[in-house]
Amino acid sequence: MSIVIDNMTKSFGGTSVLRGIDLTVQTGELVALLGPSGSGKTTLLKIIAGLEWPNSGGLRVNEQDWLGLAAQDRRIGFVFQHYALFPHMSVRDNIAFGLTVRPRAERPGKSVIAAKVEELLHFLQIAHLGDRYPAQLSGGQRQRVALGRALAIQPTVLLLDEPFGALDAAVRRDLRAWLRSVHQETGSTTIFVTHDQEEAFELADRVVVMGDGRIEQIGNADQIHDHPASPFVARFMGATIELPVTIRAGRVEALGLDASRLPRRALPDGPATLFLRPDDVTPVADASGRFQISRAASNGAILRLELTDGTLSLPVDLPRRAPEAQGLTSGTRVTLRPEAGAIFSGGRDAPAPRTVTEFPRKEQSL
Amino acid sequence: MTAAAIKPKRVLPGFSLSLGVTLLYVALIILIPVIALVLKGAEIGPARFWEIISAPRTLAAIRVTVTAAAVATVFNAFYGLLMAWVLTRYDFPGRRILDALMDVPFALPTAVAGIALTALYSANGWFGAPLGLAGVELVYTLGGVILAMTFTSIPFVVRAIQPVLEDLDPALEQAAMTLGARPWAIFRRVVLPAILPAWLSGSTIAFARSLGEFGAVVFIAGNLPFKTEIAALLAFIRLEEYDYQGAAAIALVLLIFALILLALSNWLQFRAARHLEAKS
Repeated sequence: MSIVIDNMTKSFGGTSVLRGIDLTVQTGELVALLGPSGSGKTTLLKIIAGLEWPNSGGLRVNEQDWLGLAAQDRRIGFVFQHYALFPHMSVRDNIAFGLTVRPRAERPGKSVIAAKVEELLHFLQIAHLGDRYPAQLSGGQRQRVALGRALAIQPTVLLLDEPFGALDAAVRRDLRAWLRSVHQETGSTTIFVTHDQEEAFELADRVVVMGDGRIEQIGNADQIHDHPASPFVARFMGATIELPVTIRAGRVEALGLDASRLPRRALPDGPATLFLRPDDVTPVADASGRFQISRAASNGAILRLELTDGTLSLPVDLPRRAPEAQGLTSGTRVTLRPEAGAIFSGGRDAPAPRTVTEFPRKEQSL
Repeated sequence: MTAAAIKPKRVLPGFSLSLGVTLLYVALIILIPVIALVLKGAEIGPARFWEIISAPRTLAAIRVTVTAAAVATVFNAFYGLLMAWVLTRYDFPGRRILDALMDVPFALPTAVAGIALTALYSANGWFGAPLGLAGVELVYTLGGVILAMTFTSIPFVVRAIQPVLEDLDPALEQAAMTLGARPWAIFRRVVLPAILPAWLSGSTIAFARSLGEFGAVVFIAGNLPFKTEIAALLAFIRLEEYDYQGAAAIALVLLIFALILLALSNWLQFRAARHLEAKS
């Protein structure tokens, strides 16, 4: 029992949205598809649901070819980003829809459906809302109803598209914990789409990071955080500093950089790019250092520095009370000591640091 | 010391002026003529009013009008639904042209429509000749009246449904699909309830319009008393005969029909909005 996606591609018009996706999801797993908008994650979800069709590739669920199956026959629970509740039906009727719509021969009796709906209303903690209409509910309540409607058909797979995207922060945290417990109780294979790292890591067993129609990395929070598989993942995980460096015998070298804390890497000699998060770096005061602090601001807990060497500008965060932070003020010259970071060889492939060099724009002649 | 009450400033100026102008206009152009008609009708007195209305020719005219309008409306309700569906759900070459064509009955002078229809369906017209061979005659029959009413009232149905269908969230239908609903069930249980109010109110307005249709009908109907003479024409004939009371009485009947239908249309829309407004 599993979902197997095999070399799947999809394009809309001339634009490739999926460029060869291979992914296996085990039964009972809770998987997040994480990526920025336009990475193809929602399209992948809709293909699994049968609401979109790929150009090529395979989709097998429990050894059955799903590409030959209409959405109606896949028995999936799909929770839409904006819930898509039927506005003219009460909460009860919304939840019952998947049961009442079945052909007469397969349809459970009225009392069975009513009991099932009642059970779900209790399970979702919205028992008092059964007779309301969707317009009379809050966002979080609608989300629960949408999930109840999807669970009513006892789906093989539960798919959620940005399940908390439209909710405010407090409700979001609340529902996240709740969804986790729902998953534990139902045990249904669940895939959800999100662009929020925190949400993905907190909720999912496994996170699939997608970028530009490809799977960039699959792993748990620690793996993806500490060992990003590509410059894309490094950037997506918050590495805002990109330094051009040279690799020599597995060691990182660059002017004004103390790379002693970085482990040796099995990388070929030559140019490379070092990706750092603002809190991966310790600035060490050094009168002959390459960088100078151009701005220092504190929010009480974190000291936020802006470093510059004339061409590059780097943000650096460190705890204000840390011994390293003492004496760092605007104007101090420093050397950088990265404590952690991701290195990818090639100074060109991984686009060079975005130095703000403005070329004079050519005036267009008439 | 009492603080002066703070007077909130309006964001948009000129509210009283614009409201005043609007109300004056409504009064002059819409309300006063209608009131005048009602007063004129009231002058007649109930006995005389009843006498005019229950005259066989008047009754026949009303019957012809209502029958033809009802048939035309039922036909338009279904055809209009289909047309709106095609215009919103499919993309095909010429869709925009077809969409624009739906406005022709709105824009075309009804007399022009009447003349064109008469020419087409007359015994030697393009459609009339083959239909005549098949034993179907439309011109100068009730069928002709229905045809003219159908022509002029179709946009009301299409234009009422179209925006609602366009605004219908595709996710609703997709949700129904994932829950196992077949196309017909999706239409019946998800799409139809959403467009039903617009559909009914569009059809109601189309019916109202058909009841009052004059220009297009008089050319094709032949206007034979007791057979194809419509109420609006009879009112006109009475006026021509300087029988103001007769004209006003018939007009009043048409007015009552129109007001009832208008109220019905609004009530349907109000009912539909019931669930869509948050009022917890």
